[in-house]
Amino acid sequence: MTSVSAMEPGRGQKWLAAILVAAYALLTLLPLIWILSTGFKSPADSIAYPPKLIFEPTLEGYVNLFTTQTRQTEEYLASHPPGNWYERLVHDKGMVIAGPSRFGERFLNSVIIGFGSTFLSVFLGTLAAYAFSRYRVPLKDDLLFFILSTRMMPPIAVAIPIFLMFRAVGLSDTHAGMILLYTAVNLSLAVWLLKGFIDEIPLEYEEAALIDGYTRLQAFIKVVLPQATTGIASTAIFCLIFAWNEYAFAVLLTSGSAQTAPPFIPTIIGVGGQDWPAVAAGATLFLVPVMVFTILLRRHLLRGITFGAVRK
Amino acid sequence: MADVEIQNVSKSFGSICAVNDVSMTIADGDFVVLLGPTGAGKTTTLRLISGLEKPDHGDILIGGVEVTRSIPAARDVAMVFQQYSLYPHMTVRENLSFPLRSPLLKTPPDVIEDKVGKIAEILQISHKLDNRTTELSGGEMQRVSIGRALVRDPAIYLMDEPLSSLDAKLRADLRVELKRIQSQIGATLLYVTHDQIEAMTMANRIGVLEEGRLVQVGSPRAIYEDPISLYVGGRLGLPRINAVPADLFAGAPDGAAVMGLRPEHIEQNPDGKDARVLRLEHLGDQTQLHLEIAGHKIVTLTDIHSTFRTGDIVQIQPRHALYFDANGMRIR
Ligand SMILES: Nc1ncnc2c1ncn2[C@@H]1O[C@H](COP(=O)(O)OP(=O)(O)OP(=O)(O)O)[C@@H](O)[C@H]1O
Ligand SMILES: [Mg+2]
Repeated sequence: MTSVSAMEPGRGQKWLAAILVAAYALLTLLPLIWILSTGFKSPADSIAYPPKLIFEPTLEGYVNLFTTQTRQTEEYLASHPPGNWYERLVHDKGMVIAGPSRFGERFLNSVIIGFGSTFLSVFLGTLAAYAFSRYRVPLKDDLLFFILSTRMMPPIAVAIPIFLMFRAVGLSDTHAGMILLYTAVNLSLAVWLLKGFIDEIPLEYEEAALIDGYTRLQAFIKVVLPQATTGIASTAIFCLIFAWNEYAFAVLLTSGSAQTAPPFIPTIIGVGGQDWPAVAAGATLFLVPVMVFTILLRRHLLRGITFGAVRK
Repeated sequence: MADVEIQNVSKSFGSICAVNDVSMTIADGDFVVLLGPTGAGKTTTLRLISGLEKPDHGDILIGGVEVTRSIPAARDVAMVFQQYSLYPHMTVRENLSFPLRSPLLKTPPDVIEDKVGKIAEILQISHKLDNRTTELSGGEMQRVSIGRALVRDPAIYLMDEPLSSLDAKLRADLRVELKRIQSQIGATLLYVTHDQIEAMTMANRIGVLEEGRLVQVGSPRAIYEDPISLYVGGRLGLPRINAVPADLFAGAPDGAAVMGLRPEHIEQNPDGKDARVLRLEHLGDQTQLHLEIAGHKIVTLTDIHSTFRTGDIVQIQPRHALYFDANGMRIR
């Protein structure tokens, strides 16, 4: 841009803003950098004081994260030379790999439960928001307030009743149970967020589609949904972040086959001393899916809302 | 194309009666223009026919089939909205193809291409076909929205002030073009406008709405020359019909309260009454003369190069004036 309008900040202000933003970014990124680097440290480096900024990176933490190991005698180790790089890493400590750890499973559980409940929340939320936005629903305002009110108490306040209910109906420690629970918690947020977005889409588009020979459902799919992508994408991110990071319910309601990563990661510490690099490696990997998901949807978030084609 | 029949249709919004007991038949191939000031119920009438609104009372028939409760898609109507609503997530081409792709029409792709190309040509938007609709000017958007109706061959075209935001030249071009298309394919049209030239040149028949009631239907000439009320008389004519007390000049029939004077009813005549010139307005193709006579203001036309000055006195006299009773109804 060459011309500078009266509304545009001056050069100095821009620099100041850039410096402030950079400082804030650094501040928030610091814990992340810490975790990321700890994952590549050796156990000794990870607890060194003062903290080591320069260190020799190793994948030991990641190997420990994904495997279970047993200590072996010298003779055994000598007669079983390591076959590849990670076996060698373990071998050098006087251990052998006994099998895969549970991290993979737990991680997969998180993916299934997180994305499953996000999909369900956004799907149901979109339909409900559309109905609330477009149809004359009896007691609309009361219903909307009721939906919102489910979010007003801290979810953990109902943990005990839910624990008992889940046990009674056999949903404890199941994927379906956790998906259902997270969907229930997220739905109020989804409905309210999405209703705001759908309210902003002028009714004229759907009316034009109805005249153009489409049914209400077809008009919804072809005209409303494409314009609601911004809202759907941001709602999906919010829902995923909640479901992905949720800890309290997960601790209480899952212990085995449906256990998600958040309650699992702290248990890594217990396996053979305080293995901070393995914990950090788990935490690092745990961050990846939400990050990838957000980056994938970023296009929709940034594209903004295009309300230009209706004459007001 | 088909006949469209509206029988005793009413529609209220809360306490406002937007359309009040309207009955009208639009014959196959007719070009009917709806006139009325803002809020008269023109848009609501179109929405009732298209099925976007359901009437409180009355029936709507298209091609002899009762469609009062049918969904819009089942009625086979095309509509140009007053607020043109182009799909913002689609290009111009996709907008124009959208009705042809509907499950109703399922047009083959080559036919779509052909039709869209032709319509774009007519509407002078061929060079914008691959633009997003959000990148168009107001006039271009309006043409696309006309095009989205014209690509179809529906029972009836409903158009709500389709030319209102175009410049004069394009407006004149499209007016002629629309009329040509209409007579060529024998399309049935119901058309809302405030523009006198559009109403007079395009319509076979004009319907005048007054607060939701259809008060007169007739040929453009009949509506202009033979209005049933002062209200109808006021819908067409520039400058507007002047309303002065009937006894201002001699010769009023019994019961007349108001005399309606169009410019052509006002004669400059040395035997007439004195009127004082208030001002002259040169509009280019016409010159309006503002007069005051016995405390009443009158606007009429005069010679384009008139040299009247404020304060001049002219003598005027009515000729074939229209007379109305105290309620504004015509007395013949
Ligand atoms: N959805 C609605 N809800 C409430 N009132 C409405 C609605 N639609 C129209 N009306 C009212 O009905 C009356 C007729 O409206 P309509 O839009 O048909 O007028 P119009 O003749 O098209 O006017 P304009 O020339 O301004 O477009 C107006 O008083 C309007 O306020
Ligand atoms: Mg209108």
